[in-house]
Amino acid sequence: MTSDEKGWKEIAPAGVCSKSSTLFLTGDWKTYTPVRDPAKCTICLTCVIFCPDGAIHWHPEKGDIEFDLSFCKGCGICANECPTKAISMKIEQE
Amino acid sequence: MKSLVKQEKTAMSGDEAVAFAVKQSDVDVVAAYPITPQTIIVEKFSEYVANGEVQTEFVCTESEHSALAASLAASATGARAFTATASAGLALMHEMLFVTSGCRSPVVMAVANRALSAPLNIHGDHSDSIAQRDSGWIQLYVENAQEAYDSVIQAFRIAEDFGVMLPVMVGLDGFTLSHTLENVETLPDDVTKKFVGPRLLPNILTHEGKTVPFKLDPDNPMTMGPIALQNYYFEFKRQQDEAMKNALAVIQKVNDEYAEVSGRKYGNGLVEVYHLEDAEVAVVCMGSTAGTMKNVVDELRQEGVKAGLLRLRAFRPLPVEEIRKALENVKAVAVLDKSLSFGGNGGAVFHEVRHVLYDAKAKPYIVNYVYGLGGRDASPIELRGIYNDLLRILEKGVGNPIQYLGLRE
Amino acid sequence: MTNQEWKFTSKDIAAKPDLFLSGHRACAGCVPATVLRLVMKATRGPTIVTEATGCMEVVSSIYPYTSWATPWLHTAFETAAANASGIEAALKIMKKKGKIKQDQVDVIAVAGDGGTYDIGIQALSGAVERGHDFLFVLYDNEAYMNTGIQRSGGTPHGASTTTTPAGTSVPGKLEYKKPIADIMVAHDMPYVATASPYYWRDLITKVRKGLEVEGPAFLHVLAPCPRGWRSDPAKSIEYSKLAVETCVFPLWESVNGQCQLSVPSRLIALAPQKKKPVADYLRGQGRFRHMFGPQGKNLLEEMQLITDEKWQRILKKCGMEKQP
Repeated sequence: MTSDEKGWKEIAPAGVCSKSSTLFLTGDWKTYTPVRDPAKCTICLTCVIFCPDGAIHWHPEKGDIEFDLSFCKGCGICANECPTKAISMKIEQE
Repeated sequence: MKSLVKQEKTAMSGDEAVAFAVKQSDVDVVAAYPITPQTIIVEKFSEYVANGEVQTEFVCTESEHSALAASLAASATGARAFTATASAGLALMHEMLFVTSGCRSPVVMAVANRALSAPLNIHGDHSDSIAQRDSGWIQLYVENAQEAYDSVIQAFRIAEDFGVMLPVMVGLDGFTLSHTLENVETLPDDVTKKFVGPRLLPNILTHEGKTVPFKLDPDNPMTMGPIALQNYYFEFKRQQDEAMKNALAVIQKVNDEYAEVSGRKYGNGLVEVYHLEDAEVAVVCMGSTAGTMKNVVDELRQEGVKAGLLRLRAFRPLPVEEIRKALENVKAVAVLDKSLSFGGNGGAVFHEVRHVLYDAKAKPYIVNYVYGLGGRDASPIELRGIYNDLLRILEKGVGNPIQYLGLRE
Repeated sequence: MTNQEWKFTSKDIAAKPDLFLSGHRACAGCVPATVLRLVMKATRGPTIVTEATGCMEVVSSIYPYTSWATPWLHTAFETAAANASGIEAALKIMKKKGKIKQDQVDVIAVAGDGGTYDIGIQALSGAVERGHDFLFVLYDNEAYMNTGIQRSGGTPHGASTTTTPAGTSVPGKLEYKKPIADIMVAHDMPYVATASPYYWRDLITKVRKGLEVEGPAFLHVLAPCPRGWRSDPAKSIEYSKLAVETCVFPLWESVNGQCQLSVPSRLIALAPQKKKPVADYLRGQGRFRHMFGPQGKNLLEEMQLITDEKWQRILKKCGMEKQP
């Protein structure tokens, strides 16, 4: 238990959550990490849609997608579903 | 005490009085399931709905568990919510009672106190709500239909107080109060509405970093009812306990403010003290029996017996100071329990009163009478017999500390 | 029901901000999480979500963290639909009294198979009978996954769970999957549909339809769980595709009792040679592994029979049984 956990007088009552989960980085869970070959990628956005963690973002202003590895758990759904096999899962290096 | 407004006197049963109080209190959602002896509350209220006399969504849920879940959810959305039940219905709500209190949801519920199965019994005793004393609900027990009306109105103010934010259950004895006609004085609609006031919401900090009104609102999203692991759960429970402590003062305050409007007061709101100043023998009880007991005390006083009565109006939070002060100079006390904690060596009220007096300077004899289970009537003669027993105890000491009044051996 | 169907592209969906946020603690490859992301992408405006106890509730609300960018309430396991009833009633009356700013607030109740088929069915049936205006989304991972993969009313016949393990005497769950969507159709409710996340366009369209309908709507979504199904996390979406291609989980919708096959299943009805054998779906799922062992042949045949019989019933219900 960390020291920044507050006492009963300070916490908001009724258990109303006080932090967004976007502050909790689940990216360190992964063993495998997705690697995209931009040459094969057709920006179909299938991976963006299927990712259980919303860890792949579509940037319309850039016309490209971006993998947010701080949330990616390395499940491999993106690689499995990519119609052009542009994504492969590699062992994450330390 | 002189009342300020002209009140109407109508013959009403306890259930009807409750329904009328709800009608006047600007309740938004009533979600309920019928069960004897509460049925008249929901039937009467549905008449009000059918005749356009209330602006309330009346949801006939498919069970009591869902009734309380729906009431809680409505309250979480910012609505004022009310429900009613008894006996098995309250038992079915058991899980949700804790959840409602844990969510700090100010739902008000009338309980037409009735025995629990098995065997099945539809008549009045306190086993249903006493069994829920740990659930984090404020519990008030009323003596008559008048008090049922007054207490339901007060309950909304108590529950919604920012220092409390806990649900409140108002218990009225099944059949004895729920179904018996009495003269009930009611306030004019606008006076009750003003007394209860609109539902106000405390502000709370959300995960967006905003401090906003405590309700489900798409403009200010918040997450209610999370999972709290070992590192947080305890703190939330401590907060509920603190809210109960705050409720002691709030119940008294609301009782006083209501007296100014209606001319009616119930002791200090927490307890009613009857002829206890110089009493040597006293009875502690809750609910309608207190009414009969007051007559018994009057009779005894006329005969020169220094008898007194302490009625607990609030059982949760337990009025520790009031109980101690009222009883510490009495010599022999009988605590009446209209419920039984099997294997517990006496009833719940007996245990709690006894523990309060453990630290008192002078300790009275304290004995327990379990009575009235399953609607077993206790006549004035039987009740008077308790005082005779207490007088005997003063001479000879305690024989059997726990007795069953009116039980066939 | 609106006549104008919402048209959207993958770019539209991908660009919409997530209302089910990253940082939740679901397992890697958890398709219920994908399902909830997609459901929230289909919302049309102010929305309140209420959820039953279960995987998605626990992973998204570990105090002090929350993954919900909408107002969200959890109370208990049985109560998703009861909560929704209370919220909807409150919104209705508060709007009448002028206490609600928004013109329209959608209410979505979310529950797993536990909180829908079994402990939640009473509240669901009651809420639908009372006609509350809400959408109930069932994310069906076919067992009580959150408490350790115990069988539910939604667990298919033959599946090995921790309370129906495939042992030497008993080969997994003996009972059959409760036809929950059919039960909901029998409630005479405005909209019932089944969906599978691989067919995400179909899923999103159905969520939006359910929200637009006046009155209760029910959406049954198959949501593979690699942990409980003991399958490769990377193939979790693929299994939701195979379930439809093998007709184990046909896609259809019922609008005021009128049943219609959805495109992915209709294509199979029109070209039966496209129907894949059930073994293609079951293979690779550890919960069905015993069907591929030495004792498994009869079980596998039985699974094909059950699937075919159910498929014929759906075809009949949707008026397509005479297809060649």
